[in-house]
Amino acid sequence: MTSPPIVLRLSGITKRFGPLVANDSISLTLHKGEVLALLGENGAGKTTLMNILFGHYVADEGTIEAFGQPLPPGSPRAALAAGIGMVHQHFTLADNLSVLDNIAVGTESLWRPRSDRAAAKAKLLDLARRFGLEVRPDALVGDLSVGERQRAEILKALYRDARVLILDEPTAVLTPQESASLFDTLRLLTADGLAVVFISHKMNEVFAASDTVAVLRGGRLVATRRTAETDREELAELMVGRALKPPTPTPLEPGEPVLTLTGVTVASGHGRPLLDGVDLTVRRRQIVGIAGVSGNGQTALAELVSGLIHPDSGTMALKGEAAGNASPAEMVRRGVARIPEDRHAAGLVGAMAVWENLIAERYHDPAFQRFGLIRRGAARAYAEEVIKAFDVRCPGPDARTQLLSGGNMQKLILGRTLAHGPDLILASQPTRGLDVGAVSYVHGRLLEARAAGAGVLVISEDLDEILALADGIAVAYHGRLTPVLPHGRVSVRQLGLLMAGHWEILPEIVDAA
Amino acid sequence: MELFQTILDILVSAAFWTAVLRIATPYILGTLGELLCERAGVLNLGIEGIMTMGAMAGWMAVYQGADLWTGVLVAALCGGLMGLLHATLTVPLGLSQHVAGIGVTLLGTSLSYFVYRLVLPQASTPPTIEPFQPLALPGALAQTPMTYMALILVAVVAYVLYRTPVGLAVRMVGENPAAAEAQGLSVTAVRIGAVVAGSALMALAGAFLTLSAFNAFFFNMVNGRGWICIALVVFASWRPGKALLGAVLFAAFDALQLRLQQVAGGVLPYQLFLMMPYLLSILALVLVARRASYPRALMIPYRKGER
Amino acid sequence: MRLEPREHTPLAARLLAPVAAVAAALALCALLVAWTGAPVLRAYGLLLEGAAGSRFALTETLTRATPLILTGLAAAVAFRAKLWNIGAEGQLYMGALAAVVLGGGMLDLPAWLLLPTVMIAGAAAGGATLLGPAVLKVRFGVDEVVTTLLLNFIVLLLVSMLLEGALKDPMGMGWPQSAPVVEAAELPKLVERTRLHTGLLVALGLSALLWLIDTRSIWGYENRAVGANPRAAAFAGMPVTRVMLRTALLSGGLAGLAGVIEVCGLKGYLTLDLSPGFGYSGIVVAMLAQLHPVGVVGAAVFIAGIFVGADAMSRAMPVPNYIADVLVATSLLCMLVAGLLTRYRLRRG
Repeated sequence: MTSPPIVLRLSGITKRFGPLVANDSISLTLHKGEVLALLGENGAGKTTLMNILFGHYVADEGTIEAFGQPLPPGSPRAALAAGIGMVHQHFTLADNLSVLDNIAVGTESLWRPRSDRAAAKAKLLDLARRFGLEVRPDALVGDLSVGERQRAEILKALYRDARVLILDEPTAVLTPQESASLFDTLRLLTADGLAVVFISHKMNEVFAASDTVAVLRGGRLVATRRTAETDREELAELMVGRALKPPTPTPLEPGEPVLTLTGVTVASGHGRPLLDGVDLTVRRRQIVGIAGVSGNGQTALAELVSGLIHPDSGTMALKGEAAGNASPAEMVRRGVARIPEDRHAAGLVGAMAVWENLIAERYHDPAFQRFGLIRRGAARAYAEEVIKAFDVRCPGPDARTQLLSGGNMQKLILGRTLAHGPDLILASQPTRGLDVGAVSYVHGRLLEARAAGAGVLVISEDLDEILALADGIAVAYHGRLTPVLPHGRVSVRQLGLLMAGHWEILPEIVDAA
Repeated sequence: MELFQTILDILVSAAFWTAVLRIATPYILGTLGELLCERAGVLNLGIEGIMTMGAMAGWMAVYQGADLWTGVLVAALCGGLMGLLHATLTVPLGLSQHVAGIGVTLLGTSLSYFVYRLVLPQASTPPTIEPFQPLALPGALAQTPMTYMALILVAVVAYVLYRTPVGLAVRMVGENPAAAEAQGLSVTAVRIGAVVAGSALMALAGAFLTLSAFNAFFFNMVNGRGWICIALVVFASWRPGKALLGAVLFAAFDALQLRLQQVAGGVLPYQLFLMMPYLLSILALVLVARRASYPRALMIPYRKGER
Repeated sequence: MRLEPREHTPLAARLLAPVAAVAAALALCALLVAWTGAPVLRAYGLLLEGAAGSRFALTETLTRATPLILTGLAAAVAFRAKLWNIGAEGQLYMGALAAVVLGGGMLDLPAWLLLPTVMIAGAAAGGATLLGPAVLKVRFGVDEVVTTLLLNFIVLLLVSMLLEGALKDPMGMGWPQSAPVVEAAELPKLVERTRLHTGLLVALGLSALLWLIDTRSIWGYENRAVGANPRAAAFAGMPVTRVMLRTALLSGGLAGLAGVIEVCGLKGYLTLDLSPGFGYSGIVVAMLAQLHPVGVVGAAVFIAGIFVGADAMSRAMPVPNYIADVLVATSLLCMLVAGLLTRYRLRRG
């Protein structure tokens, strides 16, 4: 059997960001009808490579050939013209425009005196039918569910007659069931002759959907395998570079409650409330994980426990005392360590020094100020200590925070919050975008704090993270929360159904537990 | 009661509505121009200076012997150039749109005064030109050609924004530039184009003052109209049709206050009436601010490939 | 070509940036001067002479710089916190209004008590004027740029109304001007037989004080955090709204004080042309100083020198004195670019 023709050839791609080598001389080929999984930890360079392929970045070295023709670097327009389409991890859709507008923009000559919307709509609906991608062309993107948005993104590429489709972590935001339906679509596409690259750091997806798997580690291509000829153990070792040994939680007897939510509702100002009658208890020496597809109330829950928003009805209590109207500063004073969802936007002030960020939650403390003047010496010395204790790699307390890597920023936040023996830890997406070393560090610290007597609330869209850490799991859907289900008594399939809103299965799970 | 009767009398007179449309014209043009810039994601605080520039340049061209429509064209070109300056600073260089805009206003204003003073060093009473005359039509329709041009431009801008590929591109770069880039559009080019075109419209607003409403150029003649246009854009939710409505509504209040000033001049200081338009603009902003659906990428510079 | 962020900005680059910007502005405006037909070098020579060529010229420049330091500080303080106060002009007039009301004989106090009272009242009036837009911003999300700009016009009309009405000087021969402030409310001269007054010392002292607050105090720490990333500041527990309102009071207060000092130190009474755009020039001053409170002093002296020097130059040559405004505006735009180059480097590809 002759192998199908090569559609894409990357040769010697190298990309540096300052001192960091994100891609180191990577060469890859992709054949017609093939699904290539690009496997690697966060920070391995997968997304950078695909952004180069699609023209968002320009490689420092190396060339790309599409269908035998060299691809001009740095031009999404050229990539599109060469038949390459990309579905970004963070969707590139405009919320205030319709699906059709989002798909059609840029496809017609800008100087046409009138857009041909009827033809565009017909073509879109035809594609949607052929590949089983149901959409509403005239709906505003802002009103779509995450799954619908992803379908719109894929259709955007197909609308431009893409022959190569790049999907960046396509399942990160989907329920297990939605992921399965995505893989069905991929099979229809490859049957039609498209080639697909999908980026993932999840092993089971690689086996579920790919023909070939290329493993990246630290910016280098370490191996390419036929999916059928490899196994999990080999891939895991290639991906991580050493045998993977995740920290395993030892069972502990939970203590008294540190966080109690009773019937908490937070209105959104329009439509469905952000939180809708939420009951939740987190006890000492217990990790409770909140699973769910993003946008189901997790952000509101995190903001509530952070003290940024307050219940419209219902109560929140810390260690049995009402805390519904506590400000962020008061939450900190009352022993809540808060790790925010977005460390760049909400966690740290990038333009300020490391020491200034480290005292941000307790600069009123007499240790750091006298008569309103900051005791810079004391603050710096304290920062030195935390930097050492939490292994923050940085030039020193005076370094500008925005120069730190993501992992070190997260360690900085851990240092700021965990150094004071908290009673409750709120960890929102604590490892999003971190490399494997940093992930296991963060998990280790959370487990340590649990052993030391803290209650931990982990909110994560990464189900694997929840499964790795949590003693109990609650699922968020449309602002509501299931009861906390004991880990081990609920299967991944059941969690997937709950995440998709099939709460009718709850009684059988609760009864079994 | 008497006041109510007076207001009613004013509102039903044709002369009043003639004045309203005349007063509204610079607001219509300026608001359209600002709207175009902001739809592409660029706040243009240069508007006040660009209007001054348009007023001076258009008038000066005519004063130097050009015909009136050439004056209009010259104004638009000068406005476009100022827009290019603002766009260069804020789009590829990604500088603060606030500060760059203030800089463009300071430059446009001072450059206009400088050139005017240079050409006419001694003029103590401003020299005049023969401006556009109202068309011989009945009632409120008796407007100068520039007013009709402004009304037509509302339809043109609305059509372009909502019915053409280039308009969709403008809206897209104002909503989500990364998405536009991923669709093969050049965010830089589209934004620069929109700012240049929008600034040309602003300059027309200025030119209306010297070529249609009055016949001379005065210092401070724009007198905050540009800033009011910025408020009107918010009031109009970034829609051309509503911009027209807002400008006319605003002009109606302005015309009414002018009339009431004549009626009640002896009782209340005229400055109170003159304050009304500015207070009204602030009030309008407060009323709509909460529910304004502004272009999502407004005031956010876009740098390709930045991480 | 593209821009790549620099990891470190050398101090030399920060100091050099305004110098380079001003040089570029002078070069660009040389084209305009050449267009008038005047010899460029001689024109700039006259400008320099007019600004700093004699004891008199120097004192004039410093007199002009005094309100500019204060409006420059007003802009710097506000812009630091990303509060776009473009209304310093109006706040200045509100301060001046307070000065002529309280200092015009309403309070019968000795000088050592009257002057501080008038200053505090003027600052309060300016601060209150900015407080409105700041409250609208934090409460209703109304953009403060437009509201502060529009307030400038409202304040000027208010002043005009009062100068033709309640505050009109009966001895003013019909001109719209206020009665002069009493002698106890006058700022002492700094140099005899010049117009330079002790208001300069107040401005210098405030610049130093603000620098200390900025770098050493909890207040300054909160201001910087809120300005750089309000979300992170709020998350950490800082009172973002209070910081915003505090900044508004401070910024408006500084501008109001500029008005008091112009009235009590220089003019003695209030007219509608008290300020030739000090509020707007203050923005340029702040930007040239890269929002640094001490840098504001240098930038203010420079801008004042341009205005004073251009007046002298335009008396000797057929170059309209609006060249000063053009120079100032061009300096601002050049400074923006220069500031960018200290934070980014140009890279190929």
